[in-house]
Amino acid sequence: MKPKMDWSRREFLGGSCAMCALAAMPAVPSSLWLSPPRRVKGLHLVEARHYEKLQNRKIRCKLCPRECVIDDQERGYCGVRENRGGTYYTLVHSRPVTYHVDPIEKKPLFHFLPGTVAFSIATVGCNVECKFCQNWQISQVRPEQVEAFDMPPDMVAEYAKQSGSPTIAYTYTEPVIFQEYVYDCAVAGKKKGVRSVMISNGFIQKDPMDELCTVLDAVKIDLKAFTERFYKELVAGELKPVLDTLKLLVKRGMWTEIVYLMIPTKNDSKSEIREMCKWIVGELGPDVPVHFTRFYPQYRLRNLPPTPVSTLRAAREIALEEGIHFAYVGNVPGDPGENTYCPNCHTVLIRRVGFEILENNLVNGRCPKCHTEIPGVWS
Amino acid sequence: MERREFLKIVTTGPFLIGLTAKSASPKQNPLKSVTRDGKSRVAVARDPDVWRGKRLNEKRVGELLDKAMVAAFGVARPEEAWEGLFSRGETVGIKVNCLAGRHMSTSQELVWAIVERLKKVGVSARRIIVWDRLNKDLEKAGYKLRFYGPGVRVYGNDHAGYYPRLFVAGEVGSLVSNVAVKECDALIDVPILKDHGIVGVTIALKNYFGAIHNPNKYHNDIGDPYVADANLIPPLRNKTRLIICDAFLAQCDGGPPFMPQWAWKYNGLLVSTDPVALDTVGWKIIEDRRKEVGLPSLKEAGREPTYIATAADAAHRLGQHDWSRIETVEI
Ligand code: SF4
Repeated sequence: MKPKMDWSRREFLGGSCAMCALAAMPAVPSSLWLSPPRRVKGLHLVEARHYEKLQNRKIRCKLCPRECVIDDQERGYCGVRENRGGTYYTLVHSRPVTYHVDPIEKKPLFHFLPGTVAFSIATVGCNVECKFCQNWQISQVRPEQVEAFDMPPDMVAEYAKQSGSPTIAYTYTEPVIFQEYVYDCAVAGKKKGVRSVMISNGFIQKDPMDELCTVLDAVKIDLKAFTERFYKELVAGELKPVLDTLKLLVKRGMWTEIVYLMIPTKNDSKSEIREMCKWIVGELGPDVPVHFTRFYPQYRLRNLPPTPVSTLRAAREIALEEGIHFAYVGNVPGDPGENTYCPNCHTVLIRRVGFEILENNLVNGRCPKCHTEIPGVWS
Repeated sequence: MERREFLKIVTTGPFLIGLTAKSASPKQNPLKSVTRDGKSRVAVARDPDVWRGKRLNEKRVGELLDKAMVAAFGVARPEEAWEGLFSRGETVGIKVNCLAGRHMSTSQELVWAIVERLKKVGVSARRIIVWDRLNKDLEKAGYKLRFYGPGVRVYGNDHAGYYPRLFVAGEVGSLVSNVAVKECDALIDVPILKDHGIVGVTIALKNYFGAIHNPNKYHNDIGDPYVADANLIPPLRNKTRLIICDAFLAQCDGGPPFMPQWAWKYNGLLVSTDPVALDTVGWKIIEDRRKEVGLPSLKEAGREPTYIATAADAAHRLGQHDWSRIETVEI
């Protein structure tokens, strides 16, 4: 299929997503692989599951907090859902635009099957527009603008299995906007003994998230800041629904980790970090890991420098002071803040460099020295 | 087949778009529809006999266009206006609005009248591109797609692709159709006159949402400031030389889809080079009609198109919104 833009698909996926993903592709014997998925063009319509019909062929989408009201022939904010004659359709079910086998640490999920890989997929689209998006070439476009693969849920599950991935990861763009596909893939995966994790902004309504909780095994939420102002100005979203999602996940017993991308001068004040950590400890408990990750200039936010490592380390210190048991420094390979330490005796439990595990000293999910149980999904 | 012939065919395929490349010498200082004292002039030309039953009368459409051009530019003959706007050798894009299908789209009769007049000033047919968002939108409106050959090209952004550079203007960050960025020297914005369920009205300024890759991101807050910002994107702002709004059939509520109960025959054209002034006049026509049929004003309906005023503010300066700076010429 002819690419719709003046770059090839591989260039299109350039940037941290594709480069890291391709570099991290594990050596999978090619004989294990199924034939590659078919490239397809044209829109593929599957009726959406969370919407209500209104008068005059309008609909109201009930998937994310935007609640877009959409006229006939129009699409919602995310650009991947279309009203056709009063029926609402997702245009991206079974149509990922990328698939890779990534270390689970890349998501990052540090307390979920460490050292394993995840079969990672994404469709186009997103329900927010972060001015610092790393993958805007796929998150901020519409389905007809990028070539896609025909990959129904069974095939995703089969690829995951054949590639030696115990997990399917819905990632790179925003899985909320392909919720139906996530759900169906997770169900297909379960039948083959493959688990599912979602890497999300958490900007989703309660019902669809509840539905996903029945089939997912872990969720990583990008908490982008702890102020509504940041969400309004730099994300085109809202903080409150994200916090509600975090509470819901913990209430449902879902393994949850948080990533906080620290952007110089925008969300890196010590007071904001402290306030957020207090909220996490109070509302979610001390065992939800928090990753403070390094920002690099991207997309529409190119006038700021990368986050100083000292800022990340300071944030980690604040988190530990506030009682968070597992605080990490991210995007700084080799930093001691990448390791998992026992919150009781401070023994190094998992030593990491980047996405690599150098040592895993856990014994049946416990500290080898003081036997403290370490929360997470270890097997 | 000889190797050369083979290569010719092979290279013709991928570089077809190259055939409609920009002119080496685009027109300098094209004409503006302004009065001597600097007001923006908007011609509103109407003809009650422009319809022949359900179809437009081609001849009368052409005549009305000529009258509107004369009135908008204050010239003696329509040719003077066209000559003052476009030059031989230029590539001209005609941006239509075909989202709502056959009944509520830029009419072909108007488009072909424009094409004829461009040809008369030396713009060759193969250097004219009728374009919109998607091929399927054009087809639904009854246009026959044409990607190559000696005649006028007709295609969507899905054929042309987007220029791989992000244009950032105010709150908008978008890729822009290659038609606007790479292929054309000049653009003619040919919108329709229609109510819009989210941003109030869709006329000249809003029509350029069909030139960017992510219009879905910019309907928040009644499209304000996004519609104005999108029109700041340099290839759109700098290349737009003329706006001809098709108001033969207009719609005062229920848009963007076609709602026959809210459509009425306005039998007219609006012509200007100032998109803000034209939208200001067009918005008033829609408001007047809403009042006439007992609908609340757009403000009362919660979707006053404030982006039109924003387009005129100091940060945008895309045209005039103040009625004292607009001269409407009714014909
Ligand atoms: S999922 Fe998409 S269409 Fe639905 S409310 Fe969110 S942005 Fe709007």
